[in-house]
Amino acid sequence: MAAIAALGETPAAASASHPSGMQARRRRRLNLFRYVVFTVFGLFFLLPLLAMARFSLEGAKLGTWSLTAWREITSFQSDGVPPLASSIEITLELAVITCVIVLALLVPTMIWIRLRVQWLARTMEVLCLLPLTIPAIVLVVGLGPIYNRIQHYSVSSLMLFWIYVILALPYAYRALAAGLSAIDVTTLSEAARSLGASWFTVIVRVIAPNMREAILNALLLTWALVLGEFTIAYLLLYNNLQEELFSISRNTPNAGVIFSTSFAALMFAFVLLLILSFVGRRRGRG
Amino acid sequence: MAVAATSETGARPSRAGRRVAAPAWVGTVPFLAYVAIFLLLPTGIVVVDSLKNPNGAWAFSNVTELGNPLVRGYFIGSFKLCLLSSVSGAVLGAILAYAIASGNPDGVVRRLYLAGSGVLAQFGGITLAFAFLVLLGPVGLLFHASWYYNFPWGIGLIYTYFQVPLMVLVFLPAIDGVKVQWREASENLGASAWQYWRYVGGPLLMPAFLGGALLLFANALSAFATIQAWESQIAYIVPQQIATALSSEVGLSNVNVADLLALGMVVMVAIVMAGYALLQRRAARWLR
Repeated sequence: MAAIAALGETPAAASASHPSGMQARRRRRLNLFRYVVFTVFGLFFLLPLLAMARFSLEGAKLGTWSLTAWREITSFQSDGVPPLASSIEITLELAVITCVIVLALLVPTMIWIRLRVQWLARTMEVLCLLPLTIPAIVLVVGLGPIYNRIQHYSVSSLMLFWIYVILALPYAYRALAAGLSAIDVTTLSEAARSLGASWFTVIVRVIAPNMREAILNALLLTWALVLGEFTIAYLLLYNNLQEELFSISRNTPNAGVIFSTSFAALMFAFVLLLILSFVGRRRGRG
Repeated sequence: MAVAATSETGARPSRAGRRVAAPAWVGTVPFLAYVAIFLLLPTGIVVVDSLKNPNGAWAFSNVTELGNPLVRGYFIGSFKLCLLSSVSGAVLGAILAYAIASGNPDGVVRRLYLAGSGVLAQFGGITLAFAFLVLLGPVGLLFHASWYYNFPWGIGLIYTYFQVPLMVLVFLPAIDGVKVQWREASENLGASAWQYWRYVGGPLLMPAFLGGALLLFANALSAFATIQAWESQIAYIVPQQIATALSSEVGLSNVNVADLLALGMVVMVAIVMAGYALLQRRAARWLR
């Protein structure tokens, strides 16, 4: 089984360790290319964030520095607004539930379609892209009756996960599809099947571990989506992190607060994703 | 026998088992059921409503609204913006993804870029538009770009900011799947770097690249909060007009116009997807 799993490994790391001759020159050129690309894109991504951070530290007079906008995030909780901590908690719970359901729905289905029911592949791709084509603002209109029904059973904000799964479909699907197309699914499954593996084993223990990078990316995208979702929570009158930050920034006269809150939210998501990427790696290796 | 069951044709296998063999598509039922309830049903409600008047009677004449030159202008604006930001996002994202993939797979740079991409791909709305305004708007900290409020270019740059990370995340696994042996094989046969990319690497990555570009196109199409914060006075694209129709207090019939515009967007993506399917079929022809 280990030999089968090794089939789909990327050998990039192995070749990187002993460059020689013509390869050495290419590697130097490649490294130069990488440094240029990382610097240019790093600047492109960081500059707007720095501008935002600078603006959130703007004092009352233009050009001065002050921490007021940051202090207001924590100090705003006393006015009967539900504390920030509870909305963070609910958002994290939402993120976990959504990730689990997205992966549980997509990974086996996609592998199964690839192996056994290829005529459904195009249908699945269309279905998965569909959520992107319908603006959230319109989807909410159609969701109204369905959420009315759901609210009969539970009014918790956690119920948002039903629709978040749908929102995450396009991103998770593309990430998984790219990973799935990079491995030889047919050969892997034929080898496993001829060794007597059940379909469950083929999917869970042979193919899924070979696409763990893709699964991790799908996880990152889903996680970030849930942490950053605002429109639907706001329109369906649920409470999540973004909605909470929005109401904080709306209820203070300080214009800098919208920047300090969204910068804080970004950093929060970034740190979480960074931690997640380490956890994903370690699990993958074990 | 078990090997035959996995044959690519998807023909029903003849299984020598105790259980009665269910057709293979049964395995996709949980996914299809979920999508039917939470995606197709709401979409159906929107489509049906778009063809009704406020009293609930059928009114197919609503469709003529799509022929209105003003409405057509919004669709053309949407198309321009989506094309610009998806092409630039896909190309730049692919370059960045290649730079990331060619490094150490456990390196810090890769982790930072991946986590950053995850966050930035979903970053948008009011704060993103303001961040760019603060950076390079008419009174920006760094530049005073005169083209900041220029329709496809200024907003296109802002869109690129979240399109590139998205492309990185969806394209990276495909690049990771490129085997170093292919490069070595083509070098042994005397291929130059250009020939390798033109005849081996490029065609291999093309399906994933096109799929990513399509995702970016649809992603740009539905983005609304960002452009609304960038310029709230003039409507350039369809979602802005949908929001106007939903919130307008002039006439009640406008709710159906919003549904209809959304329907138009779905049709637009359907057309783009048809073109994508043709390209994809050509690109993936020799991969099997």
